[in-house]
Amino acid sequence: MSKLSGLGGRLYRGETSVDFIGRRRRWYSISALFILASIGALTLQGLHLGIEFKGGSSFTVNKANASIADARAAVTATGIPGELIVQNIGTDKVRVQTVALDNAQNNAVQDALASKFGVTTDSIDSQIVGPSWGKEITRKALYGLFGFLICVMLYLAMAFEPKMAVAAIVAVVHDVFITVGIYALVGFDVTPATVIGFLTILGYSLYDTVVVFDKIRENTRTITATSKQTYSQATNLAVNQTIVRSFNTSLIALLPVGSILFVGAGLLGAGTLKDLSLALFIGLAVGTYSSVFIAPPVLAQLREKEPAMIALAKRVNGRGAAPVVAAATTVDLEDRPRGPRNQPKRKGRK
Amino acid sequence: MSTTNKPVKTTARPARSLAILGLVLIAMTGLVFVQGATSVRLGLDLRGGTSVTLQPRIAPGESGKVTNEAIDQAVSIIRQRVNSLGVAESEVAAQGSGTNRQIVISVPGDTGRRVVELVGQTAELRFRQVLARAVSTGAVDATATPTAGVSAAVNAKFAVLDCTKSENLQGTGADSPTEAIAVCDRSGTTKYILAPAEVLGRQVSKASASIDTQGGSAWYVNLTFNGEGTKAFGALTARVTTLAEPLNQVAIVLDGLVVSAPRINEAIPSGSAQITGSFTQVEAQDLANVLKYGALPLAFDRGEVQQVSPTLGADQLNAGLIAGGLGLGLVLLYSLLYYRGLGFVTVGSLLVAGSLVYLLFLLLGKWIGFTLTLAGIAGAIVAIGVTADSFIIYFERIRDEIREGRTLRMAVETGWQRARHTILVADFVSIIAAVLLYFFAVGGVRGFAFTLGLTTLVDLIVVFVFTKPLVTILSRLNFFSSGHRYSGLSAKSTGTLPVVKEA
Repeated sequence: MSKLSGLGGRLYRGETSVDFIGRRRRWYSISALFILASIGALTLQGLHLGIEFKGGSSFTVNKANASIADARAAVTATGIPGELIVQNIGTDKVRVQTVALDNAQNNAVQDALASKFGVTTDSIDSQIVGPSWGKEITRKALYGLFGFLICVMLYLAMAFEPKMAVAAIVAVVHDVFITVGIYALVGFDVTPATVIGFLTILGYSLYDTVVVFDKIRENTRTITATSKQTYSQATNLAVNQTIVRSFNTSLIALLPVGSILFVGAGLLGAGTLKDLSLALFIGLAVGTYSSVFIAPPVLAQLREKEPAMIALAKRVNGRGAAPVVAAATTVDLEDRPRGPRNQPKRKGRK
Repeated sequence: MSTTNKPVKTTARPARSLAILGLVLIAMTGLVFVQGATSVRLGLDLRGGTSVTLQPRIAPGESGKVTNEAIDQAVSIIRQRVNSLGVAESEVAAQGSGTNRQIVISVPGDTGRRVVELVGQTAELRFRQVLARAVSTGAVDATATPTAGVSAAVNAKFAVLDCTKSENLQGTGADSPTEAIAVCDRSGTTKYILAPAEVLGRQVSKASASIDTQGGSAWYVNLTFNGEGTKAFGALTARVTTLAEPLNQVAIVLDGLVVSAPRINEAIPSGSAQITGSFTQVEAQDLANVLKYGALPLAFDRGEVQQVSPTLGADQLNAGLIAGGLGLGLVLLYSLLYYRGLGFVTVGSLLVAGSLVYLLFLLLGKWIGFTLTLAGIAGAIVAIGVTADSFIIYFERIRDEIREGRTLRMAVETGWQRARHTILVADFVSIIAAVLLYFFAVGGVRGFAFTLGLTTLVDLIVVFVFTKPLVTILSRLNFFSSGHRYSGLSAKSTGTLPVVKEA
């Protein structure tokens, strides 16, 4: 643990530094590969939508050693149309999923299962979703997604700067694509709980990005006045300075989510908890990656195009500064003693 | 501005804000007992029950029919029907807005199917003269003679109508009162062609279930018409009683299905009638309730029906609690290992945040009927991480400031100035997410959004009035300011170079 803290100190001063910004082509390529794979998986396999989205009925019988074959036989005998999905959940439950049925058919299935397994109909857990309801849910989920992206973009543009908002949204869209792609590829069920998890991640991924951007903004505040670092170099230092924090916040966020996933998948087998935490778990991992490897390089690229930043880069390079990493290091070490003296200037902001 | 003034100013406050927080907590606890809100209201998915979501069925060009008044009226009619079940804490509420509104019915306990059938019935009751009758075998009856005075379309539909198919026994309620129709009876054995309706459900003023003590133990429903209904029913029965079979039968049609079609032996001017049809006691009582409380102003589709047995509910509650305990434990463990002494600040802050959230759950349950669902528990657990993140942002900032060469007491203040901004922006993004989820989502998702938003607000409160003041107080202790190796602020853990650079 203290090794990690020590590393935090070295990263802070720039003694140890990873070139996040300079090697952006590498990170972009990795992400592009993932996104292409995601698009491929989406078009070829599509998402495995739960009954909440496409309509259907699900019946769960609580009975020790209930066999799949018995359940299938009982339900098939009622003559309901469409495909049946029958599975065991844990050792004491069996679940039957059907296409959208009408009320009489639902009752028939419940009666058949109840008499087959010798339980009362009221003890069968059921969920019946009408086909038009699923469309409604899908529409709302999409509204929620777009509404969220727009609101956050506006807010970040106000709280930070417009280009940071753009870079943050690029990172979020990146997270959305890759997470959805993983779902398509692996064939996990997409349920409303998944969608909740998913929307939450977007918030979380932005939370991470906000932490990094806040530091970037601080490091680049007086950048044009000092002419010691280019925007990219200052950004890179900021990412390195916040990486321990990013790692810690992500890990701390993953611990409870991991617990839900463990308990949800282990004890309950299926349902809200598992769907929710799985989406969160995957999304958090992707979100942490993008807040370090995607958002800052995109921001740096956007800002480096500004005339003031081009001029700054010329001045910095004109001084014959060494390559990026070394420059960041020396600059910061030179700066170090002056830290306290800079104090009043920094305190000027809220 | 002077750098010396600021710390002095802030150091005067921490004890006060801690004291205020303590008082607020005590006041909230007192309020909980005064209001008698000593247990969290659990959602149906945690204690078992049935929830039904009804969507208004909108025929093309009729979207104007789904008005707020119509929905409110439907809600109050359904509420009366549900209350007739006598289950405590049942709830009927409208959700959404405009044409996109739903009615959500939640009934705890083992009532299952009965609730589903009761609330879904539109209860459009009509009395119609029978024009033709046939036994429905399932085979197409090509030889049937077309009934006179009825359109070819209805005759054609009658010929192919198969009452053994369950889709024809749905009771869709889609019978237009001004037209002749071809329909099945409830048991699926007989099909009818019926004349336009002459008496309507809204002309019924009273309905009750009775048992026929003479003819075995058959349950039936007694109806009393209002003035208008009495006149119409009298005229109908007087006209048909002299006709030949099956024209002397009057069909009682509920939601588009024939409940019974008694032969009329004499005119009935008294304004009362009976519906027989081999009912059980429960069926007769439910039907009487449905008729008594009136027809719904709109037809509804069952959007979603969810039935959770109490066993599963208890399992889900347990799982949620175990996951929460485990998650909290891991976060605390990590904080203590990594931040040593400062880790105890995290422990304390999370405990305070936890108590605040729990008290709010109790009070909001009492005040606005907040119920905790499984998704809500998940939201609260996820919030543990978000809350702890705020502390990490602050602690790492303090370490950064120490690396800049500041003393701990300075670092605590300057670090706070900067961490505060980050925490505010980051939490605000979480709140945007929660608010949008709440307004766009339906059902369980709203519970998640609500807890996420609530816990994020609590996080802000705790960071400002507990964590920061506590750290300020602790920074005065020698254990922390001297950088003790277990304080989490030692030179080794911050990685500060021991060399004094200024020299």
